[in-house]
Amino acid sequence: MAADQSPLAQFEIKRWVPIEIGDVDVSLTNSSAFMVLTVVAVSVFLILGMRRPAMVPGRWQSMVELSYVFIASLVKDTVGTEGRTYFPFIFTVFMFVLVGNLFGMVPYGFTFTSHIIVTFTMAMVVFLGVTAIALKKHKMRFFTFFMPPGVPLIMAPLLVPIEIISYLSRPMSLSVRLFANMLAGHTLLKVFAGFVVALGLFGVFPLAFVVALTGLEIVIAFLQAFVFTILTCLYLNDALHLH
Amino acid sequence: MPQLDVNTFLPQVVWLVITFTALYLLMWRVAVPRIADMLEARQRRIEDNLDKAVESKKEAEKTLAAYEQAMNEARAGANTHIAEAAAMMSDEAAEREAELALDLSARITAAEDEIAKAVDDAMDNIRAATIEVAAAVLERLTGEAPAEKAVAKAIDRALKPEGR
Repeated sequence: MAADQSPLAQFEIKRWVPIEIGDVDVSLTNSSAFMVLTVVAVSVFLILGMRRPAMVPGRWQSMVELSYVFIASLVKDTVGTEGRTYFPFIFTVFMFVLVGNLFGMVPYGFTFTSHIIVTFTMAMVVFLGVTAIALKKHKMRFFTFFMPPGVPLIMAPLLVPIEIISYLSRPMSLSVRLFANMLAGHTLLKVFAGFVVALGLFGVFPLAFVVALTGLEIVIAFLQAFVFTILTCLYLNDALHLH
Repeated sequence: MPQLDVNTFLPQVVWLVITFTALYLLMWRVAVPRIADMLEARQRRIEDNLDKAVESKKEAEKTLAAYEQAMNEARAGANTHIAEAAAMMSDEAAEREAELALDLSARITAAEDEIAKAVDDAMDNIRAATIEVAAAVLERLTGEAPAEKAVAKAIDRALKPEGR
């Protein structure tokens, strides 16, 4: 099996336009190209869809409004009315991850959400942002978050470290969940797609499986974007309301 | 595994920050306000229309009440008119009946007078004829003409018990 036939070859970063500013490598890679493509696609979808907003929306406008209302109600349900301020950010997270995931499903496309550095950066932004919001709002009272109310004081030496570790592992779990889902799904697709040719006539079986798996992957693309968003909302809710 | 190639981290993070920030600004400044405005406008419109519908319903109920009141008034008016007309007609009938009765009694009286006069006339005629006949009989019996006055007196006396 040649190197570019490996199931992991699809995750290879290719520097399309090498750029260096000072000593910093800011090359336009296939990953960054798909990020740009995602931004363009989301903007076109949302802005052109509302170019001539009608009282009675057409199909396109309905889809735009549907995605807005979907996230707006999610924020309202999990964070409450204070979440309105952070709605644009959460909406951006959802659309960016969702469209990024979906572009990964296009043949020859690249899935930037299958790179741990991308998901981890996003998770860290969420984590640091949420922590900053909590510190700004509650000042020192924020640290009572690590001591759940109603717990006997004798449990504190055990409980507080656990709470702190679970809090600090949030960006890890958030980023690894998305990254691992994308990585596993796309690798599996590639592996089974490889069997199609290898098995000759019997290749129809893995082919059927790949078709079914593609459907599943599209569902996962949506689901993981949703999970990433809802967890962001829950962390934000913790930051605003502590317990 | 290409994900663990540390050399690719920096360009990816840089581009992620650029693209995500760009998308965030576009969403925050352009897309979200537009969609929110539209949804709000629609919500307002729906509420407006609902308000209008409630108002129209109230108006319709008012109109219906006014109509019913007018109907009731008209019905009451018609009833009084009918009663008035009936009273007027019965009055008129009574008046006419009274008039008729008066007329009839007057006519009866007149007729009775006439009859009485006719009887008197007849009586007078009978008296004159009787006087003449009696005078002629007496002249034939006695051979001389009796005094007319005496005959008339006797006749009157004879007729009296029969007269009125």
